[in-house]
Amino acid sequence: MQLRQTAGLAVPLVLASLLLAACSSSSSSPSSGSTAATSGTSSSPAAAAAGLKTGMKVFVIPKNLGNNYFTTADSAKTDGAIAALEALGETGTETSGTAATPASQIPAIQAAISKGANALIVSATDPTALCPTLNAAMKRGITVVTYDSDAPGCRDVFINQASTAQIGTSEVDVLAKQINQTGDIAIVSATASATNQNAWIGYMKQELKKYPKMKLVSTVYGNDDPTTATQVTQGLLQQYPNLKGIISPTTVGIAAAAAVLDTPKYRGKIALTGLGTPDSLKKYVSDGTIKEFVLWKPNDLGYLAGYAAVLAASGKLDGSQGQSFTAGKLGSYTVGADKTVLLGPPFVFTAANINQFNF
Amino acid sequence: MSTALVSQSERPPAPAGTGARKLTERAFRIRESGIIVVLVLFVAVTASIQPRFLNITNIQFILVNTTVFALLALGETMVVISRNYDLSVGSVLGLSAYLSASLFGGHPGFPIPLAFLAGLGIGLGCGLANGVMVAAGRVPSLVVTLATLYIFRGIDILIVGGKEVVANSLPSAFLEIPKATVLGIPVIAIAVAVVIAIGAYYLRSYRSGRELYAIGSNPDAARLAGIPVGRRVFVAFTVSGAIAGVAGVLWAAQYGTIDSTAGTGYELQVISAVVVGGVAIFGGSGSAVGAALGALLLSTISSALYVLGISPFWDQAIFGLLLLLAITLDRFISVRLTAALRSRGARHE
Amino acid sequence: MSDRLVRSLAPLLRWETGLALVVVIIGIVGASVSSEFFTSNNIFNLGLSYGEIAIMTLPMTLIVISGEIDLSVASILGMSSALLGYLWARHWPMLGIFGLVAVVGLAAGAVNGLLVTRLGLPSLAVTIGTLAVYRGIATILLGPNTVANFPVTYTNLGVNAVPFTGNDLTYSAAIFIVLAIIFGVVLHATPFGRSVYAMGASVEAAQYAGIRVKRNKTILFMTSGLVCALAGVLLTFRLNTAVQNNGLGLELAVVAIVLLGGVSIFGGQGTVIGVVLGVLAFAGIQNALFLTNFNQEAAGIVTGALLLLSVFGRNAASLSGRLRQWRSPNRHGRGSDHPAEATPP
Repeated sequence: MQLRQTAGLAVPLVLASLLLAACSSSSSSPSSGSTAATSGTSSSPAAAAAGLKTGMKVFVIPKNLGNNYFTTADSAKTDGAIAALEALGETGTETSGTAATPASQIPAIQAAISKGANALIVSATDPTALCPTLNAAMKRGITVVTYDSDAPGCRDVFINQASTAQIGTSEVDVLAKQINQTGDIAIVSATASATNQNAWIGYMKQELKKYPKMKLVSTVYGNDDPTTATQVTQGLLQQYPNLKGIISPTTVGIAAAAAVLDTPKYRGKIALTGLGTPDSLKKYVSDGTIKEFVLWKPNDLGYLAGYAAVLAASGKLDGSQGQSFTAGKLGSYTVGADKTVLLGPPFVFTAANINQFNF
Repeated sequence: MSTALVSQSERPPAPAGTGARKLTERAFRIRESGIIVVLVLFVAVTASIQPRFLNITNIQFILVNTTVFALLALGETMVVISRNYDLSVGSVLGLSAYLSASLFGGHPGFPIPLAFLAGLGIGLGCGLANGVMVAAGRVPSLVVTLATLYIFRGIDILIVGGKEVVANSLPSAFLEIPKATVLGIPVIAIAVAVVIAIGAYYLRSYRSGRELYAIGSNPDAARLAGIPVGRRVFVAFTVSGAIAGVAGVLWAAQYGTIDSTAGTGYELQVISAVVVGGVAIFGGSGSAVGAALGALLLSTISSALYVLGISPFWDQAIFGLLLLLAITLDRFISVRLTAALRSRGARHE
Repeated sequence: MSDRLVRSLAPLLRWETGLALVVVIIGIVGASVSSEFFTSNNIFNLGLSYGEIAIMTLPMTLIVISGEIDLSVASILGMSSALLGYLWARHWPMLGIFGLVAVVGLAAGAVNGLLVTRLGLPSLAVTIGTLAVYRGIATILLGPNTVANFPVTYTNLGVNAVPFTGNDLTYSAAIFIVLAIIFGVVLHATPFGRSVYAMGASVEAAQYAGIRVKRNKTILFMTSGLVCALAGVLLTFRLNTAVQNNGLGLELAVVAIVLLGGVSIFGGQGTVIGVVLGVLAFAGIQNALFLTNFNQEAAGIVTGALLLLSVFGRNAASLSGRLRQWRSPNRHGRGSDHPAEATPP
């Protein structure tokens, strides 16, 4: 009988010690993003000269943690967002959930607000579901900058990696070149409701009108899951034996499709292009499965977002069209319509230049 | 423990005479052939609409896609037969896939068999943890493996962070493994079929394997009958983990790009395959071959849906309906079987 | 004297007490590592983020106590959300939409209940199937589309607190509290509630006692369907977004919280107050981790560890009992300390 009682008391004690252990290790957690050693009173000549605020707390909130693309975009090591923030004398912290859903991301945003954020840099898991939270933040005077994936109408500035239209059209143009502007093509997208992909696909369809001998026979959804992306690609190959090209505007999709096409039977016979990171596609470029693909530099995207956030929070950037500013080593930028800043044109990776990149 | 595995293959006395035993054997065969019939029907219907479904490349695709899930289904079957569940298989696969594949990047010229061994070891460790907690702690495995699902995935995320293993860091020979064929049949499909056969033989013909069924049918009676329940369950979980570890390495070879999300959500898919394959969710009956066939059937259905170009928005609903159908069919067969056994038993007494 | 003290304290020494202590400790630790922990704003945010999950744990509690499980809860939520968006985009009146969503929720639960009770299928397998079917229906309804133009009067429940209660209470939290009281009263103080325990302990004994097992279990599943539909509506308004993947994956969190709250997966044991404490513990830990900037990636590890403790803590008692039996061989040794082990989970 007594052992039963002690068991009942032992549990909360063990739980308590677990919690204390968890909290005591918070100071040495590796991937909570680099918190600038110089917080508060840092001297940043660049910032001071430009009349920018320093010592602010800025939170970088990607769609999810544990995602290579965002790690490159955000961390100081790769010259991403936090590097820009630290150069300007702010404290930059990366935080988010792990599931790439609003339910997973919203608590991170709310916690950042609670922790006294001056600015938030967010890649939105959903274009509308975050709006109540982001609007609440802006009402409290917090600057909200979105990057990579927008929440239109609910932020001060949006840093777009390239013009949505250009991302779509460049992929079609790259593919058209490889298949002599003739033949059936298909698209392997992400999830059915992915806003970015759907927007790009819209522009792809428009651009296809320029190539009357090319026909889009199917759009399938890989759900950003390697198994599904593989199966939908395989399904395409059987359903359309005359398929000449595939566009996959998602890094998971293009890597999976490349793995499927990387056999003597399909390599070179079916052209593959889309959006991918150089590291994940180096093998396929070197063996000819992919000739060219498109992306941008995520670290530059993050860096620009970092600058924009600081400028906006210091009152130097209000997102009105035509406003121009300088983003450190990236040079000068001008705000376009809908408070959007374009990083630049999409970058075409080829066998010739791919080895220069390490992300 | 090793002695238990290679114990004499003497068959224990059947519940109500050899007649009942033959009947249960026949029931296994019926269930398995039932799945084969459904599979053949399905393939026939699909091929009649889209003949390219049956061309050699697509068959190879389906077989290769099935291998990982067939392996996971084998491990899960052993656990479910004993009236337990292993929900952590997806997390174990993900952990093993990343860690074993990352060995290549760090050490050029790393031998491929060692990577498989590493995956086996990682899975074994995870399975051991599960086994100890369930067997020694006598706690419900559903809860334990739900917890380890979170814990192993959390460890995976901590280790991997935002990194990923890319195809470029893996030796070509490794990536070629899923593509190698012998007489048109993918080599890994043959290998996995052999493993399934070994597993099925163990469950059917070794005393320790058959004891898993007894434990699943009635754990109390099994214990009273002298079966070392704790030990058997421990081994089942350890083997399930080890198999998931090997499946992880195979996964890495198939996809080439591995990050911290590998294997997410696989547990429900594996349980679906096992249930479709005729393994009773309450334990005590089912076969490894059936479960593997279940995995094959689900893979085939996937492929068929995509090859036929059925609107992708209908996939999930169709899957769910097929799963419900399979469960209902199972129940129907098992009710008939129980009735037949009972009347057979009454006649013999 | 000490014996009487021990005996009077005995009823207090259960899992729920330990859990209450854990919640208090979380509160203390949370407040000490972050001054933000007990602010109005933080509590309000917690209500927003966990309100729908909390609401779904209540019918799940009764279902698990009765010896079943319902893994389709998040899919029913998603299906209701999709239906809400689908009908709103076609200009149905909101009240009509509410009615239809409620009916569909009840129907979804009824399907679960009928498959389990009339066809005798195991609820674990059935609800894995309906998890896919209902999520599939959500996908068929909305496809790639998002509906995000709900009227402000409704979406304000994601922005405003309940009036006259200060700034802490979200509508979903308020609904949770009301439902918790209702479910608690039903479970602990009505014959229906007692039948839920009885069914979980032994289906046969319950049937012999005259309990209409099939009817009651179907009612439980239908209640779950209705409550999850409500959660779906709340989520949709809070996010002002109806999209096919709303609520994806939440079933694991709901099950984890119910288990954490001391409900036995074997059935027959558990309390509503325990699950309420489980909600507080779960939300509190995740929140504390976020506020301290602890590695959120490892939040899953903490959840998993808590789950293990919830099940080992309860079993530590019986483990000690078994040890005593081995030491005194004259006692009747049962083959298992868990008679419930013989009943399916």
